[in-house]
Amino acid sequence: MRYSAWQILKQGLTGNTGWQPHWRSPEPKAEYDVVVIGGGGHGLSTAYYLAKEYGITNVAVLEKGYIGGGNVGRNTTIVRANYGIDGNSEFYSHSLKLWEDMEQELNYNTMMSQRGIINLFHSDGQRDAFAKRGNMMISQGDDAIMLGRDEIREMLPYISYDNPRFPVYGGLYHPRGGTARHDAVAWGFARGADQRGVDIIQQCEVTGIDIENGVVRGVQTSRGPIRAKKVAIVVAGRSSQVAAMAGMRLPIESHVLQAFVTEGLKPCVDHVISFGMGHFYLSQSDKGGLVFGGDIDFYASYASRGNLHMAEHVMEAGMALMPMIGRAKVLRSWGGIMDMTPDGSPFIDRTQTEGLFINCGWCYGGFKAVPGSGKCFAHLMATGDHHPAASKLRLDRLARGHVIDEEATGSQHNLH
Amino acid sequence: MRITCPLCGDRDRREFYYMGHETYLNRPAADAPLPEWDAYLHLRDNPAGDTQELWQHEAGCGAWVVVTRNTVTHEVKGSELAETYPREART
Ligand SMILES: Cc1cc2nc3c(=O)[nH]c(=O)nc-3n(C[C@H](O)[C@H](O)[C@H](O)COP(=O)(O)OP(=O)(O)OC[C@H]3O[C@@H](n4cnc5c(N)ncnc54)[C@H](O)[C@@H]3O)c2cc1C
Ligand SMILES: [Zn+2]
Repeated sequence: MRYSAWQILKQGLTGNTGWQPHWRSPEPKAEYDVVVIGGGGHGLSTAYYLAKEYGITNVAVLEKGYIGGGNVGRNTTIVRANYGIDGNSEFYSHSLKLWEDMEQELNYNTMMSQRGIINLFHSDGQRDAFAKRGNMMISQGDDAIMLGRDEIREMLPYISYDNPRFPVYGGLYHPRGGTARHDAVAWGFARGADQRGVDIIQQCEVTGIDIENGVVRGVQTSRGPIRAKKVAIVVAGRSSQVAAMAGMRLPIESHVLQAFVTEGLKPCVDHVISFGMGHFYLSQSDKGGLVFGGDIDFYASYASRGNLHMAEHVMEAGMALMPMIGRAKVLRSWGGIMDMTPDGSPFIDRTQTEGLFINCGWCYGGFKAVPGSGKCFAHLMATGDHHPAASKLRLDRLARGHVIDEEATGSQHNLH
Repeated sequence: MRITCPLCGDRDRREFYYMGHETYLNRPAADAPLPEWDAYLHLRDNPAGDTQELWQHEAGCGAWVVVTRNTVTHEVKGSELAETYPREART
């Protein structure tokens, strides 16, 4: 069914009885051309683009839980292209352009809202660094505007300007950045893939990868063996474990990142704002909740819940930035497990096993990558060539010394 | 989460700095082949379960401590001084 205003009217007048499930729930077949392990945003968009752009429709997405239960449904939905280093710049720029067309592309309301992102800065040194970043964004063809304190004050009258440690000097404004509805992105790609013949199989955990003489043959799953000509590992947060099934050891340490949401409030925050204390950032969802977060908990973790020290730190940062936040009740907090890499940048690559591909290492920035990552990964799997927008996101770049370290914090996984 | 410092006893996690897996204790020789340096700096087993990792009692005595901890439950199971922790034999 194509969604349209006409459908809403028609269904509304007929008791909303005609809506159909977004995708089928087929039994797994014995064999596929491509098996995608992991039904998060990246796995679903990979399957979608394989079918749509490359005509490869005999594809299964195997998800051990349910669609939207991983990080794709746990993130704080910020979409941006404000990177500064070759490898990342062209990739996120490409991905943001795909976000701008996503709703038409998928015929699905992903609630993409380019409300603009403001990264505040708090010293002269930081102003220089942000000016440099803004110039890098502009030279990549994206948008960036340096704003002074008075201009920021007009846009964000409610924040604290004279915090003694983090006085607001100004901000780097990225108007095309914003937020999207995270579940809808997963559902939209799942529906689009399903419509083109992809089997989305939930409650199906991959427990082994079959390899013969260096060539991938298929996977073992909780629902039996499935043969495949090509296999893609796209299991954010679990990458090390699934890669180990193929004898690989990855440059990844898993960490938990928390997020928080308040009760619904009347519209008060129009942009996405980031603050210099820790990694604090905040936006307001369309339901009215203030959605905010900070740094990872800093130690390796596979628990999908965070610890109190970071909750405390994030609340302190929120109070320091905008004291009015203290009046709002926090409704929920949660955590998600992320692949942290030694340079903070991801991988989209083939492996030493023929027919086995991997897409991992998105740290805490992989939501904005969803369309770009799927498109570039599908391109690699279908054509055998790296997509020009992702040609530097290679697994061996660290060993070669070609790190893509945006924050220049060195090769320690938790510092990115 | 609380961590036991072998010198100071049971302390709040906030007094400690986390560096990473105890792999960091097995620094290759300066002239070791590059794959060894790659493994040391980047590659990790990253287990979901018990692991040994390097922490520093930064806001306490300053000692580097090897902590045995479960990455799924966050249970801290033991700790010893990095100084006397057995290094992996390297040829
Ligand atoms: C709190 C939080 C806030 C974030 N905020 C942002 C943000 O604002 N902007 C941004 O760009 N990014 C953000 N991120 C990062 C982003 O969410 C992730 O990088 C991205 O979602 C990861 O890709 P994915 O969607 O494919 O992951 P997931 O949705 O986690 O998909 C991986 C899937 O693989 C499945 N799987 C694992 N093992 C197996 C197996 N053996 N067999 C079968 N299936 C398996 C999992 O069940 C899971 O569904 C945030 C993350 C968190 C946790
Ligand atoms: Zn101590």
